[in-house]
Amino acid sequence: MADKLHVDIVTVEGRRYKGDADFVVAPGSEGELGVLPRHIPLLTPLAPGSVKVRNDGEEQFFFVSGGFLEVRPDQVTVLADSAERADDIDEARAEEARRRAESLLQQKLSDADQAAATTALARAEARLRLAELRRRRRV
Amino acid sequence: MQAVAASKLRRVQARAEAARPYADRMAEVLTEVASRSTGSSHPFLTERPIKKRLLILVTADRGLAGGLNVNAIRVALTYVRQGEETVLDTIGRKGRDYFRRLGVPIIAEVSQTGDRPELKDILPAVTVARDEFLAGNVDQVALVHTHFVSVARLVPTVSILIPVQVPERKEGMRVDYLYEPEPEEVLARLLPRYVEAQVYAAVLDNLASFYAAQTIAMRNATDNAGELIDDLTMLRNKVRQATITKELSEIVGGAEALAAG
Repeated sequence: MADKLHVDIVTVEGRRYKGDADFVVAPGSEGELGVLPRHIPLLTPLAPGSVKVRNDGEEQFFFVSGGFLEVRPDQVTVLADSAERADDIDEARAEEARRRAESLLQQKLSDADQAAATTALARAEARLRLAELRRRRRV
Repeated sequence: MQAVAASKLRRVQARAEAARPYADRMAEVLTEVASRSTGSSHPFLTERPIKKRLLILVTADRGLAGGLNVNAIRVALTYVRQGEETVLDTIGRKGRDYFRRLGVPIIAEVSQTGDRPELKDILPAVTVARDEFLAGNVDQVALVHTHFVSVARLVPTVSILIPVQVPERKEGMRVDYLYEPEPEEVLARLLPRYVEAQVYAAVLDNLASFYAAQTIAMRNATDNAGELIDDLTMLRNKVRQATITKELSEIVGGAEALAAG
């Protein structure tokens, strides 16, 4: 049996591909690279582009917006960033989250509100204790 | 609602499971790289004395989940009341609302991420935390969420996010990679992703805990309502019986009085 690569393409949200391949091409950050079975172990970040997986003459493409490529002699793992991410979008979103928190704080908080929060917690705790007690008694 | 929560729990669990391969591989790779570049001076790996801490608090957006949110909030509260100054970064409405009313500074918040949170939904919270750490505003970033062990065991958990705690190397997985570019640079790119993946995993874990807690809360509610119904039915029957008995005795009494007259 000819040598095969076990290919695993995963993103944070789930696995995109798992299977054998004869040849993989990936957009490394230092340039495109092709991987054949028995490649030496390699670890490199990926640039946005497509990963090509060839198996028995059939080719499949996966778009990645970045991530990492881990190569072992019989195994290729692509830790892909999900396609939507882009650093400028992230920064804008982060700014928004920060602003939201600030505007929440600026809405004046009266002592009454604080007291309400504390009582709400105390009430919830009391309820929990009660539930616990009841459950124990029933058993 | 119990059935709804139970079926949602299954779906959310599947999603948490789907995120596992990435997290596992990421941890493996990070361990390898970190062991290669020991003495690396990347800020994410440098411990410094803790004067100020940032706590990322993961709670649910909704209630009706028993003690789930309260328990996580209580854990966060012990940190807030400890010596070091603490600021919050909240994911989820419950935690945000509580600490907001308490007047604890919240520097970023993300909520309403729904049942299918994507990485990009929670990234803002992570980005703010990372920036605060890199700017030297906080000396540690910790994460509080409720860990799902089983439906009956939901554990509020605290983990230290930054400085990054590199996982222990497992036996026999040593691999000498060829790095492209330098190991330090690869590491510098890996670390932020690793932190993001950890927070994302925590959010999914918390979501599973939420539906588990809701399933239990709803089952208890159903049981309690059933008991109440039994009690009330019993009471109704007693009252009816008493009324009938009273009316009967009045009729009999009346008839006897007539007969005697």
